[in-house]
Amino acid sequence: MNIMTRLDERRAVALERWRAFEDNALPMVLIGAGSCGLAAGAAGVRQSVEATLADLNVDARIVEVGCIGPCYLEPLMDVKLPGKPRISYGNVTAKRVDSILRYFFVEGKIPKEHVIGHFGPEGAVDSIPRFFDHPMLKPQVRLVLRNCGIIDPDDLDHYLARDGYRALEVAIRRPWKDTLDVIQRSGLRGRGGAGFPTWRKWQACRENESDQRYMICNADEGDPGAFMNRSLIEGDPHAVLEGLLIAGYTIGASKGYIYIRAEYPLAVARLKSSIEQIRELGLLGHNILGSGFDFDITIKEGAGAFVCGEETSLIASIEGERGMPRSRPPFPAQKGLWGKPTIINNTETLGTVPNIVRNGPEWYASYGTETSKGTKTFSLVGRVRRTGLIEVPLGTTLRQIVFDIGGGVFKPFKAVQTGGPSGGCLSEEFLDTPIDYESLTKAGSIMGSGGMIVLGEDSCVVDLAKYFLNFTQRESCGKCVPCRVGTRHLANILDKVTKGTASISDIDRLEALGQAIKGAALCALGNTAPNPVLSTLKYFRSEYLAHVRERRCPAGLCRELVEYRVVPGKCTGCRQCVKVCPSGAITGPRSEAHNIDKSKCIKCRACYEICRFDAIAGDAIIITSGGQPA
Amino acid sequence: MGAENQSLRMVLGEFPAEKGSLIPILQSVQGREGYISPQAAWEISQALRLTESQVYGVASFYSQFRFTPPGRHRFTVCLGTACHVRGGQALLDTLRLRLGIREGETTPDREFELDRVACLGCCALAPVVKVDDRVHAQVGVLKLRELVDEHHD
Repeated sequence: MNIMTRLDERRAVALERWRAFEDNALPMVLIGAGSCGLAAGAAGVRQSVEATLADLNVDARIVEVGCIGPCYLEPLMDVKLPGKPRISYGNVTAKRVDSILRYFFVEGKIPKEHVIGHFGPEGAVDSIPRFFDHPMLKPQVRLVLRNCGIIDPDDLDHYLARDGYRALEVAIRRPWKDTLDVIQRSGLRGRGGAGFPTWRKWQACRENESDQRYMICNADEGDPGAFMNRSLIEGDPHAVLEGLLIAGYTIGASKGYIYIRAEYPLAVARLKSSIEQIRELGLLGHNILGSGFDFDITIKEGAGAFVCGEETSLIASIEGERGMPRSRPPFPAQKGLWGKPTIINNTETLGTVPNIVRNGPEWYASYGTETSKGTKTFSLVGRVRRTGLIEVPLGTTLRQIVFDIGGGVFKPFKAVQTGGPSGGCLSEEFLDTPIDYESLTKAGSIMGSGGMIVLGEDSCVVDLAKYFLNFTQRESCGKCVPCRVGTRHLANILDKVTKGTASISDIDRLEALGQAIKGAALCALGNTAPNPVLSTLKYFRSEYLAHVRERRCPAGLCRELVEYRVVPGKCTGCRQCVKVCPSGAITGPRSEAHNIDKSKCIKCRACYEICRFDAIAGDAIIITSGGQPA
Repeated sequence: MGAENQSLRMVLGEFPAEKGSLIPILQSVQGREGYISPQAAWEISQALRLTESQVYGVASFYSQFRFTPPGRHRFTVCLGTACHVRGGQALLDTLRLRLGIREGETTPDREFELDRVACLGCCALAPVVKVDDRVHAQVGVLKLRELVDEHHD
């Protein structure tokens, strides 16, 4: 059979099945079963759903979907009755499943408790708002995430029915230059962080004469605190595969790799099964859709090395070597994997490509700013109220992200950290800065891959800088001296600062050393490693000085500088803190003020927090630093 | 030893005998045996025509590989940025106290092993702790204690 008609036939079936999914004859229960959902207990939710449905004798279909974004509401469960819009519930514990389903199927009513919203048109369900009108979702523009949480990621038909692989059909029926031109006009820049124009990279590779070229998808996502790539792959794996295929065709590669961290088992499994699905359909392999284009994809699991996010290290790792970078030029586009021209694109970049090819470059470029087009996903985490995965047009301000989408901070706002170990902290004065590649760099941070960690008054920026330098120091591959020795020294000095044993000259040394490492290291890991120190020194110098001069941690976090105390007049002796203390440092009989043994206290904050939330009197435990309450 | 040899040969047979297969082979061996034994390292070096030091050079570069037998239950504390900001370090300290070992070690009775990981990508539900293959969200000191108790046989 002609391959083209095979895809057309399959698409017709897919549309039929998708219609049946949207106009379901049987009730449907959808469970958010991305890694976040599973961590929050989605497996238990599924069991409860099965048990309750069996108990009620209701014939319903259970579908597992990917992450739709508001992770702080996990586990998420949606119910869709025939002919009615899907209604989403948050923080659905196994116990709540039972009451929600009974309400639906026994009482015949729509439960209002824990409801997030419905997926129908406005006013479709009485006194329940639309899901996408939720304050966390309303300001978002979901382009690359358009399918996440909406489709069943294991079902190729869902992707096909939503115009999946149409962009590939378009791309491989025209000269590669046309697609390159489309990508150029769209203004797409690398979503891994550096923001290099994607088309220019592709062109450089294509123009190198070679019998073989390689196209690699970088899904290593080594940046701690970031999970955009994981969510995209778990929620819409075919979008990434389609982008990889289009990129492969455009640069003239016949072999593709996906380099993905082994810490993401669900994403790996989903990619593997998705690859088999499209191979079976003839979208992978020899002579794809009769176009003469051959392409195959191999998955390479990363083995846990942050430096492998760097292009030349990643290549070394695929070749079976230690993942150490080499100096450039030659760039991978000239000499990459096995010495052949190679392009490495971030997962989100590739996931965006099919959208651009299908909807046109002007459509994509209508989002974003003059120099930074389109949308970007961020993992919004830390001390912010609404955590999760978001997608916004570039040019959105930090204030919109932290306060409108994120719902503000638990404590007064202190900073936002972007760009992970290569980025920096942005203070309050940058809240109204539009987020694009240039403005973040100008502010001393970087766009990075999309990690966005919000800090409140109770987060210590010196501690965070130390955290990042310990990280880069540990992850430094050791090949070049500025990185291997420099990061170690930075980490050591920061350690002294947090212990109150540093002097003012150490602060100057941090600055001088940081500047010296920048530009002297072999790869981006080393060259950007000082950023967390330099940016916090720039915007939060007074916090460093408090640690050094007053031996005081203003956030009350640095352990050597804080003390935990019971306020005897306030303590009712409820023993909540005694129960929670992991080191047995707190003692005292019931109804009498408790005592903290300083020699045993590991300063884990457990007692402090439980005293605020669970204790009878509350606030009876205080943290002091430098003689002042923190 | 014989059975182990056979399982190793099977793994080796699944991959082409070239340098690019080294990391996938190490991953596969560790997936089956739980660690890279000296015997396995030697067999791999022979199959790929590498020296043992080359095999160890690559294996020790990556944090995934371990060279001692694993414990029955593995506690992995995530120390990604979000987990750090929300108290991941305190969880690691608590486990060190409770289990009496440090990360990378196994209790003498081989019941528990303790590890840290750079990031599990569940940052929005920080802090998280992985016990064996299951990730637990928003873990506090109390929940951590329950998790250890649950896995004590």
